[in-house]
This record gives sequence, structure tokens and C-alpha cells, in this order.
Amino acid sequence: MGRNQLNLTLPAFGAPQIRLLEKLSNAQAVSGDEGEVRKIVLENIRPNVDEARIDALGNVLAIKRGSANTRVKVMIAAHMDEVGLMLTSEEDKEEGYYRFEVIGGIDPRVLAGKRVKFAHQDKFGVIGSKPIHLTSADERKNLLGIDSLRIDCASANNKIKVGERATFATEFMRTGDQLRGKALDDRLGVAILIELLKHPFPHLDILAAFTVQEEVGLRGAQVAAYALDPQVALVLDCTPAYDLPLEVEDPDHPIENARYNTKLRKGPAIYLADRETLSDPRWIAHLVQTAETMHIPYQFRQPGGGGTDAGSIHLQRSGIPSISVSTPARYIHTPAAIASFTDWKNTFHLVYSALNRLNADVFNQER
Amino acid sequence: MKELIQTLVETNSPSGYESAVRQLIRQKIQPFVNEIKVDALGNLLAIRYNPNAPKIMLVAHMDEIGIMATHIDANGFVRFIPLGGVYPYHCVGGRVRFLNGVAGVIGVEKLSNPQEMPSLEKMFIDVGAPDGKSCPIKVGDVAAFERPFLDLGKRWVSKAMDDRIGVAVLIETLQQLKLSAFEIYAVFSVQEEVGVRGATTASFGIAPDLGIAIDVTATGDTPKGHKMEVSLGKGPAIKIRDAGMLADPRIIKWMIKTAEDNHLPYQREILEFGGTDGRAIQLSRSGAPTGVLSIPCRYVHAPSEMVDRDDVENAVRLLTELLKNPPDLAFSA
Repeated sequence: MGRNQLNLTLPAFGAPQIRLLEKLSNAQAVSGDEGEVRKIVLENIRPNVDEARIDALGNVLAIKRGSANTRVKVMIAAHMDEVGLMLTSEEDKEEGYYRFEVIGGIDPRVLAGKRVKFAHQDKFGVIGSKPIHLTSADERKNLLGIDSLRIDCASANNKIKVGERATFATEFMRTGDQLRGKALDDRLGVAILIELLKHPFPHLDILAAFTVQEEVGLRGAQVAAYALDPQVALVLDCTPAYDLPLEVEDPDHPIENARYNTKLRKGPAIYLADRETLSDPRWIAHLVQTAETMHIPYQFRQPGGGGTDAGSIHLQRSGIPSISVSTPARYIHTPAAIASFTDWKNTFHLVYSALNRLNADVFNQER
Repeated sequence: MKELIQTLVETNSPSGYESAVRQLIRQKIQPFVNEIKVDALGNLLAIRYNPNAPKIMLVAHMDEIGIMATHIDANGFVRFIPLGGVYPYHCVGGRVRFLNGVAGVIGVEKLSNPQEMPSLEKMFIDVGAPDGKSCPIKVGDVAAFERPFLDLGKRWVSKAMDDRIGVAVLIETLQQLKLSAFEIYAVFSVQEEVGVRGATTASFGIAPDLGIAIDVTATGDTPKGHKMEVSLGKGPAIKIRDAGMLADPRIIKWMIKTAEDNHLPYQREILEFGGTDGRAIQLSRSGAPTGVLSIPCRYVHAPSEMVDRDDVENAVRLLTELLKNPPDLAFSA
């Protein structure tokens, strides 16, 4: 041990970090086209790491070695990519009317009527739908599927080509404790990982992976974990908060909302189980002890579906004890997600403290 | 062997939480192997040295299906998700036992249509707590289905035959086997029921020359059951294919020849669904010739899985004979 965790001073986390998050949230990085975010990541981490490289799939792999003689090799991953849209065919050249597909999980119900921005160019479009004046009552009951929607780029002069990607055209905004923007999943994690690399962890080798293609199947993390070959891994992600107070089916007998996943402003969400990973119980205990020792609020993400990069990381090579910690956010994978600055800061402080307290003993006991 | 099986199946160890059964298996195999390790995910690896012989990986998974608590409501009822393939129609009225010892019964919300099969989301576990505050269960607590071992004479029944019966066959084989033609890596794997995860990392670590998984398979011998050639009591099954793998033809041939040479009953198995740890071995690194020795089992993933005693004993005999003579791994041109 040798470290008095109670004496640990938590680093400042405020306006500069929010400015970085704003830049990251507004940048466009639909899965498979993560260059814009990668550039911001590299600019920000280069002064703080021993080496940084871009691998064959586009992951940024950075290493920050500790100074102690024996060190634990910890992989920390956050995905750079975000869900978005891809043009699949041009339907009307003159009008600039395109069919499209979604990349990653977007509910078709959130698409109609939204403004989208194309990557690498200052060009916009609108996902059009029939105006209410012309729809019948029956039509309004039906779901508008992707097949019945088009992106309207207003003019063929745009010269936007099939295969190009777009995101919702949402600008980041902060109001009080509230952080609002697109792609908070997972720029919240990316920003925390950038921030962690600024701080020395003498007893650790931090193997940072800013991954690609998480939203289409945890693909980048798979090869990143193989290459980095860590002893243990922690994933920083963003998870839905569906914290409505009640599901009212019968007003006289309101039913408690038992499926909220996480709740906003209840602290960082520690994973127990999702569809891809059963979190390593030694990691769970370490994070919980850290939070309690440091008086940092935390919550458990409800066991359930979904998955993070931990799903592919823990199965690499001979197995890598893994866990995920997420900042909760409402309405992720829609045009605007809402997160709490306090939760985000606490996520940083929890992971920062947990890394400070981490040593090989934590994983010496059998799982 | 019955006592061994009974102890194994009555030890609760759902996927991801296998330490109790691992401890038990370790005690049973200690005298019969040269080295025992536990890897990063919790797989138990036992090695029987034979340095210049081919490396064979034998795997039986030690996890079982179960549930994990997701929410404790104000009245003390516990909502849950399945760990592995838990079917709703086996749940209502069933009982579970959490790893902290607390037991509970599974109840269900009033259904708008009593004919419908409720989803697990409509179910809850009642541990007898008067309210949420005094409920002894926390989010993330894990439980196994509660059902004692049942001896029906020639047939044995338990909630965890899948795959403690494979574990028992592997332990018994290690105990009986004297000289082997292989360096044996016996793996008691974790997290099979949630997606052959333990065997994936164990195979990478071992890098075997060939492999055999020992697991249960379904049968087609019950009234109006699934159409399938395998029956209880007609011998262990040699897998040809399932949804996850095509067994290696050289391994199939070797298994069939060994059974016939030793006058052991066997069945050819084609399972149209499901998969085993065999897939993980076959696809690890550069690939390895792999087969599966299956123990026929009725009612797989119900809390009353049934196997035949003779099938189990013949599986041990067949595996023991297999380990005496290596297969011819040349591909015919």
C-alpha cells in the first residue's frame, strides 16, 4: 500500500475541462470517421504521454509510464466515435434529396424534423417529413421509419456524395449544472481520459485507448486491448439516465420506475453486468471502497442490456479483468443529451482516486 | 460418482460468480494433477505434465444459469435479469437462493391476458422482506435456482446438470486415468452460459494442439419434443455440429473409432441450436482441431435437468480411452 488515500488531493476540474468538452461535443466523429476527434485528442495528450500512436483501425493508443520499479499496467479506454447517419443513395440530384441509413443505435422516432450537419464541410441538411397540415389522424399514429425519411440538402450544388456521414447539428451548451450537447456519449469519457493523462501515477503504466467503432460493435477496443496487452482495464463511457419518478399506469396505483438504468445527479455509474460483460468483482469492490473512502457519490448502473468497450477488452488474450464507469446522461443517441457537470466531475474524481489507490494486491485474490 | 455429482450440483455458482464450485473442484482434482492455476477471469486450469506429448485442452464449464438483482422496490420486491438462458416459463412459482444465503420465490404481476407468457420484466423475487429498507438483497446480488438433487435410480435430476455433469465426468476421468498420450490441460471454465467467455481466454492462454469440450446436449426423446436423434440412455453423444461449430472430422472419427474399439455405446449428435466451449477452442489463435463429448440431457435450462447414469459412466470410459491414444490429425488429400 504505502499510500494514504485520505491525504489525496482531488485535482481541480471546471471551466477548462468544460471548454474541452464543448470542442469535443461539437466535433463530428461518426463511427469509422473519427478523425476530427482524434485530432483534438492528439493535440491535448501529446505533451503528457511517453508515446502516442494511431493504430491500423484509427484508435489512438497512448502510453504514460510510471516511475516506480514495479508498476501495474492499466488500460483505460474511451470511445471517440458517435452514432450518426450515412447517405446511401441520391434520389433527386436537382433537389439534393437523399436516402440514408443510421450508423449505431438511433431510434427512428427521433429523426424526423431534425437538422443535420455533414462532416468535414460546413454543410447542413434537414430530415424532412410530411407537414401536419397534410397528414391524417391515422398517419400520425404510425412510426416514421427510415425508409420513409429523406435528408433534404436543399440544393444539388452541395455536391454531397453517397457514403458521407452526418450528425445532428447540435451546438454544445452549459446551463448551470446542466451540460447539453450531441455525442456526450462518449466525449464525456474522452475528456476525462485526456484529463487523467495530465496527472502522474508513479505506480502505474497508463495505457490509454481512444477507441473507434464502439457504437457499431466494440470493434476498435478489441484490437486496442490485444495490442496494449494490459493487466487490467477500465472503460469510461456514458450511459442513459431514464430517471422519471414514476411510471403511471393507473393513477391510483402508481408503479415505481424499476428500470431507470441510472439517475442523474446520483454520481458516477459503476457497472455490475451488461449484455457483454460481467464486471470483475475485484474492480467493483475497489471502486466502491474508493468512493466511500473519498466521500464521492456513486451509483450502480442497473444490470441489464447494452455494452461498452469492456465487452471486447476483457476477452482479449488470456483475459483482462475489466469494468466500466459511466457518466449518466439523459436522451443519449438523440440530438441533445443532458448530463450533470457534478456527475461528470465526480466520475473524474472517482477514477482519479481509484487509480491512485490501485496496486497489484487488488487483483491478487482470485476472482 | 453420485456423491460427487450431488455435491457439485448443489453448489451454487452462476456465471461470473464461480468461486464456490471452483474451490470444490480444486479439492477433488488436487491429487491427480501436477499444477493448478486460476486465470484472470477465474477459469481453473489443471495441468497433467507430459512434456513431449501433444497438448490437449479438455474443458467443462463450471458456471450455471442464474439471475442478478436490478432493483429493490419500496415494498422489498426484487426485480432481476437473467444470467444466461433463463426461460420465463420455468420461473413463475420457482425458488432462488442468493449467494449470501437468502432465499426467495418468484412472483409475477397480474397479467392483462392470463394466457400470455409473461416476460421476466413482469416478474419479481419475494424474499419475505416487509419493505425495501429491510430487504437483505442489494442491486447486483446474484442467485441460482433452488432445487435439490433428485435420484430417480437410473436417472439423475438437478438444476445444474448443465454443466456440472461435464465437470464430474472430467474430474472422474482425471482420477481414473493412469497413463496418457497427451499433456493434459483440464479447464473448468467460467461464463459459458453468457457466451463462452471463459473458454475463449483460457484457449488463448493454453494454445492447445487439440481440444475436447464436455457438455450436455438436448434430446429428442420426450413426448412431441424437438426432433433430434439423441436419446437418454443410449450412450454419450459425439457432436457432429451445433449452431456454434462444425466439430473437426478427424476428432469425430477418432472418437467414434475409440468408442467402437472399446465396445462403448455412442450416439451421433446434430444439435440445431446452442453451442459449447468447443467453439472457443476451435477458433482460438490459429485454430485447433476440436470435438465435443456430450452427455444427453432432458429439459436443459429448466430447474430439473435429467441425465442417465449409464451415459455418464460411459462418457468417463470413452474420455479415458480417448486420452490413451492420440488421433491421426493428417487431412486426407
